[in-house]
Amino acid sequence: MTSAMHRPQDGTLLELRDVRTHFSTARGIVRAVDGVSFTLERGKALGIVGESGSGKTILARSIMGLLPKRGTIRQGEVLYAGDDLAKLDLKGMRKFWGQEMSMIFQDPMTSLNPLMKIGNQIGEPLRVHLGMDKENARATALKLLQDVKIPEPEKRLDQYPHELSGGMRQRAMIAIALACGPTLLFADEPTTALDVTVQAQILDLIQEQRRDRNMSVILVTHDLGVVAGHTDEIAVMYAGTLAEKATTAELFANMKHPYTEALLRSIPKLDQPSHTRLMAIGGRPPDLITPPTGCRFAPRCPYATEKCRTEIPVLESISAEHSFACWNPVGSSHWQSKQDELASNAGLASAGGQA
Amino acid sequence: MAGTGKAHLHGEGQALLSVEDLLVEFPVGRTGLKVNAVTGISFDVLPGETLGLVGESGCGKSTTGKAIMQLPRPNGGSIRFEGQELTSLAGEGMRMLRTNIQMIFQDPISSLNPRRKVTNIVMEPLNIWGIGTPEERLKKVNEVLEAVGIDPDRAASSKPYQFSGGQCQRISIARALVLDPKMIICDEPVSALDVSVQAQVLNLLEDLKAKFGLTLVFIAHDLAVVKNISDRVAVMYLGKMCEVARSDDLYARPAHPYTQVLLNSIPVPDPTVKITGNQRVQGEIPSPVMPPSGCRFRTRCPIAQDRCAAEEPELQALGNDQYVACHFPLRSAN
Repeated sequence: MTSAMHRPQDGTLLELRDVRTHFSTARGIVRAVDGVSFTLERGKALGIVGESGSGKTILARSIMGLLPKRGTIRQGEVLYAGDDLAKLDLKGMRKFWGQEMSMIFQDPMTSLNPLMKIGNQIGEPLRVHLGMDKENARATALKLLQDVKIPEPEKRLDQYPHELSGGMRQRAMIAIALACGPTLLFADEPTTALDVTVQAQILDLIQEQRRDRNMSVILVTHDLGVVAGHTDEIAVMYAGTLAEKATTAELFANMKHPYTEALLRSIPKLDQPSHTRLMAIGGRPPDLITPPTGCRFAPRCPYATEKCRTEIPVLESISAEHSFACWNPVGSSHWQSKQDELASNAGLASAGGQA
Repeated sequence: MAGTGKAHLHGEGQALLSVEDLLVEFPVGRTGLKVNAVTGISFDVLPGETLGLVGESGCGKSTTGKAIMQLPRPNGGSIRFEGQELTSLAGEGMRMLRTNIQMIFQDPISSLNPRRKVTNIVMEPLNIWGIGTPEERLKKVNEVLEAVGIDPDRAASSKPYQFSGGQCQRISIARALVLDPKMIICDEPVSALDVSVQAQVLNLLEDLKAKFGLTLVFIAHDLAVVKNISDRVAVMYLGKMCEVARSDDLYARPAHPYTQVLLNSIPVPDPTVKITGNQRVQGEIPSPVMPPSGCRFRTRCPIAQDRCAAEEPELQALGNDQYVACHFPLRSAN
């Protein structure tokens, strides 16, 4: 707890080694997270990107130990500043929650207590974890509301969540998460429920607080647009495994995994003329009880070959800052020939009259 | 943010739907106050066109969509569909009309009855109107299910919870299509979906529009999505119209400061693009119970001046089918 004070300000904060989180259900074992390894440096922001059901939220919750007790099967190591969190029980994790790591959830309305004033909700972790008295907690809560730039912060202390707008509620959530000065902040789809204008403000706020406090941030989202401007590194998840991981600049400049490419292409972009046909990914993520053999993306991948369907590609590094798991990455000769084929098919279809 | 102007409307007889001076208010309890949800907006939709309505939560875009359907009946203004005034229609006339205008809602799962089979959900409009024999109805239902990419056999034996969110939205679209409407009002149809599924549904709407000759009103808060699907876009703010323009022009040359800040708020999937906080709109939308005087956007506008508080701007033509309601537009008329 107090050891945070003496820890170095840079270096590796978090290391995941082959983390697996499976759930035992009536239908069988759901392999929600199936062998994920990565490291996160102090003060850096990591984006975890993927569709619904890719395991990104379960991965974040596995690190933080927020998993149901029943039916959860965990393997692998979650090394946080040297401690293996995967081995800790609820009581052990409690020492880390709040002061070491905290989380901002997607829906600020259902995550706040509707019957408790905002000031008391922010003060609660201060009193529980830091042992502050009521007055100190209130003064600190006010300071936090100022930090997250809520208008008229004094008034908000005595208001209930329903009296605040969605953006203000999310700011209050961030104030609670920041209360005990965490070293690692999780933000699980923090802006999905918000308007674009407010989304931009909230993302800027998280980034600003990260710099001011030298926190590490893990930003979980399905939107590559959200992570592009607000992270240092990105991990793309698919069906419980890492498809690609790279620094943000490298990923966008030189993406290798067809899934990353497909995610990016499916976003409508402002610089395209209207009615530009979007490159949708056909089908859906696989059932994680019986994931496909071979590469899990193969059934939806336009470049898949026989090898993709039978052999599992391993995550390989092409440089210190970039790794991916794919047999026919973007830019390979097979990818190129498929691209040409798809382009000529599209050309034939439009030449053949009304498609 | 004026809204009173009508310079942007097309001539009589050209538009499929024309809305003039639409006024929708809701009382606030017994306080005597009212929510000014939509205050005197005008717009029209040409046959075969897709009009995008875009703005933040609380700008009145969904209220506008529902007011077209007379849900509830607006407090003032005129709505004409194929020349017929809707606000004075009642009873059977209104029911007949709704077969021509259908709606798709945001949350695909809660807008489908969870206890009925999908085929029956899609067939219900045909049953209500007594169209065709039971065999003909089933044939029609299977046709539209095929058109939206849902397996008719699976639909016959499954309920909505057995489908994913994207598939449920396809089912909602099938239900809207089954009566062969002329116009579909899409109220945030893709905002609850993942980007990959969102792309599938947007492509599907484009295909169906071409196949069935539909006219769409597409309501959304995501400007990139609206740009992709719309021919023309109308930007709304706090119950007023800010700017109306052809889709590509609006994005290339926004004239209203609000359009500009909305564009700056969109997350760009490119880390080399840096937008700083001061190019973004600050604060949140004011309460529609007591909206600001003059231009309603002035409290958040980076270039507001005294005139904006005193005088409400009217929509003025900038040429090339672009109209803006601002005293100090970012670009002048051609």
